[in-house]
Amino acid sequence: MPCGADMGGTVSGDTVTAVAEAEPARRRIESRLTAGDRVYRTLATAGAGATLVLIVLIGLFLLIKAMPALREAGWSFITTKEWSPDAEKPRFGVAAMMFGTLISATVAMAVTFPVSVSTAVFINEYAPRRLRRPLTSLIDLMAAIPSLIFAMWGLFVLVPFLLPLEQWAVDRFGWLPFMKAAAIGASLSNAGLVVSLMTIPIATSIIREVLSQVPRHECEGALALGATRWGMIRTVVLPFGRGGIIGGTMLGLGRALGETLAATLVLSLTFEIKPRVLENGGITVASALAVQFKDAQKMGLSALMAAGLALFVVTFAINLLAAFVVSRSRSGAGVDA
Amino acid sequence: MNNTDPASTRPLPPGPPLPPEQPGTAHTATGQPGPAAPGGGTLTATQVSAWFGSNKVLEGVDLDMDAGQVTALIGPSGCGKSTFLRILNRMHELVPTASLAGSVLLDGEDIYGRTLRVTQVRRHIGMVFQKPNPFPAMSIADNVAAGLKLTGTKAANRSELIEESLRRAGLWNEVKGRLRDAAGGLSGGQQQRLCIARSLTVRPDVLLMDEPCSALDPTSTRRIEETIDELRGQVTIVIVTHNMQQAQRVSQRCAFFLAAENEPGRIVESGPTTTIFESPKDSRTSDYVHGRFG
Amino acid sequence: MSAQRTVQAGLPPRPLRALAPPRHRPRTLRPGDVAEVAGAVAASGALVWFVYARLLPFSVHVVGIGLSWYALFLLTYALVAWDGHGRVVATDRIMGVVIATAALAAFTPIVAVIGYVVIKGAKVIRPGFFTDNLSVTGPLSAATEGGAVHSIIGTLEQLAIATMISVPLGVLTAIYLSEVKGRLTKPTRLVTDAMTALPSIVAGLFIYSLLILQFHWGFSGFAGSLALAVLMLPTVTIAAEQVLRVVPGGLREASLALGAPHWRTVLSVVLPTARAGLSTAVILGMARVVGETAPMLLTAFGTTTTNTNPFSGIQDDLPLFVFTQIRSSQNTQVQRAWAGALVLLTLVLILFMLARLIGGSRPGKKRRRPSRTPAHSRRVPRAGAGPTTPAPGPTPPDTGPTTKAGPS
Repeated sequence: MPCGADMGGTVSGDTVTAVAEAEPARRRIESRLTAGDRVYRTLATAGAGATLVLIVLIGLFLLIKAMPALREAGWSFITTKEWSPDAEKPRFGVAAMMFGTLISATVAMAVTFPVSVSTAVFINEYAPRRLRRPLTSLIDLMAAIPSLIFAMWGLFVLVPFLLPLEQWAVDRFGWLPFMKAAAIGASLSNAGLVVSLMTIPIATSIIREVLSQVPRHECEGALALGATRWGMIRTVVLPFGRGGIIGGTMLGLGRALGETLAATLVLSLTFEIKPRVLENGGITVASALAVQFKDAQKMGLSALMAAGLALFVVTFAINLLAAFVVSRSRSGAGVDA
Repeated sequence: MNNTDPASTRPLPPGPPLPPEQPGTAHTATGQPGPAAPGGGTLTATQVSAWFGSNKVLEGVDLDMDAGQVTALIGPSGCGKSTFLRILNRMHELVPTASLAGSVLLDGEDIYGRTLRVTQVRRHIGMVFQKPNPFPAMSIADNVAAGLKLTGTKAANRSELIEESLRRAGLWNEVKGRLRDAAGGLSGGQQQRLCIARSLTVRPDVLLMDEPCSALDPTSTRRIEETIDELRGQVTIVIVTHNMQQAQRVSQRCAFFLAAENEPGRIVESGPTTTIFESPKDSRTSDYVHGRFG
Repeated sequence: MSAQRTVQAGLPPRPLRALAPPRHRPRTLRPGDVAEVAGAVAASGALVWFVYARLLPFSVHVVGIGLSWYALFLLTYALVAWDGHGRVVATDRIMGVVIATAALAAFTPIVAVIGYVVIKGAKVIRPGFFTDNLSVTGPLSAATEGGAVHSIIGTLEQLAIATMISVPLGVLTAIYLSEVKGRLTKPTRLVTDAMTALPSIVAGLFIYSLLILQFHWGFSGFAGSLALAVLMLPTVTIAAEQVLRVVPGGLREASLALGAPHWRTVLSVVLPTARAGLSTAVILGMARVVGETAPMLLTAFGTTTTNTNPFSGIQDDLPLFVFTQIRSSQNTQVQRAWAGALVLLTLVLILFMLARLIGGSRPGKKRRRPSRTPAHSRRVPRAGAGPTTPAPGPTPPDTGPTTKAGPS
């Protein structure tokens, strides 16, 4: 600012201010609310309070209900893979479920991440202008389609389609320890692939949204320097959208972890830890909850609660991480994780 | 004036108003012949200081804004003009960390006092913003009448009020055929005049304008200035502007704000517009109005 | 052409027009580029054919052939482009192909799923599907017998109840978060975000153990609705808050400056301005939960008979119908499941279209690129929200993705 002149002095004039020697105290701003405003505030606060209480209640309730099982099992809850909580000598843990959940989610993400980012970039940068809107609509619609329908399609179309390829992989690379498989088709990796059908639209939808906020002038700046389209994407679009890309993928991951139906329908459920990802068998937390609750007795139910809580904690942590990553990035404003 | 008198630097009680500073004799001498019966209210700011959090942005501002006259607030960016303007109708307190000292009297009544509700204050002291902001979900007519709806005022002659406000804002002839259209379809200048009309419908005593023309083209600016000129005498107008010519054209009185680096804004000089522009007492005022800085 | 003819006719009415150079759009795609692609495709195809059909002694699955062809094509094309245009252009070309392929991989299942469900479902669906239930339909009945009216009724009732619970609560909470901003703001926002992480089966488990085991209410459609409401609440809240947040602050100020109290500002200015976005948020929230299966297993339980009372007795809904039918070993029941899936898909489609229609949102432009708009003018209520929206009022930037953010 060019007003570097000394402002300290006083000037005599028509109305001139002086530097107050002793500062006048700040006034408290009186804001008397009207009756309507009071009702409105109370109502909105009550709504927020109810939401808050409800959610905290759910968490507390789960925790309280899970306590007996957690006390019974102790640390073995994390390391045990069997699930017989209602037996005479209860023995149960989330090891197998968590392993299955993580493996299927990892497979799903390994597919989702590159495909989603590419699809988002394709829609924004490569697709003909006329196609952009329909393609975006298609992706958004897809994100709204029930996971049940994807799971069914995966079971009846995708898995049979991939079977020969997997057979070939097992035949050729069976000498690798994790590629070995006695029976294939109902495996954790297939469940993960089916899950990826559901996570791809979600992740793509968010990533595309974020990437579409890339300041155009920055892109044009790159192009004006003679950059190729890919050069522009690599130097401008992707760095800008990094936070959104990570955030979108993580939200997809959160969804993949909680997905119930894909595993329930595709997987042949067994409580074991299988490093052979192509072989039948395995279980995820969500599918275990879905199939076990009917037979669960007292301890069984508590154990299921504990498993549900464990899943909730993992998903929550991932969502928090996503929110953190996204909020620290430039493009973060677009996504609320 | 110099505030060496400790009494006037003490916290101001909200109740009895302090006597206005040097009730201006100057403006009658400027010769701008006001209308026969000046409407509007007199605003008197006394020793107004303002903070955002611990950051003091305004210090010891004394200013009289006379009834029916146009007062222009000029000065470089960031010198507290807009903050001062927002203090005048209690928009200042919408910022959660904002606080202030001093008092603002509307016709002798403290607008920050206990007797007035904030909604009453704002009804009496309207505001037009830098960017035109008609309500997009309402038609043109609804926008003009929005003040009635929003303050819960029942008006039997709603359509007459709408026409009157639009006429006063100089927009009637342009929109009379499409009162039911969305307000978003108007041009920027028309939207701004619509906002002025909207403010006039609740019959305020004072109209505050925060750089009303800065987002507009020259033609629209001229229309707004004409509107301001027509409103003179009916309402008190306080206008913040960066445009020296505009300040000269529309205002009768002028206040020059300035802030040194890392210091709160103050009024350097105020008085009749002609004096401020032709024979300012302070060299900084002279430099500023002649475009040598700012 | 016609211009030329006039010139030849001898009396050109506007000779200057005829002499003007022909207009054309600048194109980035040159014939040579197309030829390079075609050449690479052909060359790699020929090589694959030669290796598999002539050299290898065993036959390879068609998927394998396709993959090898694709890999070889990439290699060939990279070499051609590198040779012709240098490394930078080659990278550009190859990345273009890879990105397009990945997009194809994303869109193919989408189209395939919809197509498959429609074809399989249309084969089985009869008018009776909307009027009959499964009470007298045995495992050996034909797939076209029986219907899902009991499930459709259940779905509609449960969805309605869940919406009636979660929408007022969610919108009130959103108003609190974006307009009132009291002391509860931070904790509420935190737990709402956390709630989006709640797996739907856990929500079902919560309702199951609370209502059905603790309070002995028994399985009912209402219990299912509560589970859905729990799932919808954070979705609706977050989406609604976002919609409210993009209502320009200038409008609130304008309203307050007119002397309006806060509640009138919210009721008459903020909510109407955000109306379209709010409806979209609600409908997308509905679309999200209408297909929820897992929590319904634990709460509504499912049945084959019609139960119109959601408050008492087990009730079916479409996802449960589909789920139980598809898990059956009977082929006819599996076929019936696809009919159910078709109805479910249609329902979701209708909700989605409704959301788009009300939201008036034009996908792909939902958030305008800030390109040619000066940054400061973006907060101004945009004039008429562009020429394509007939409804007054701008559509606040979409709420799409975030409403789908919750895990299933």
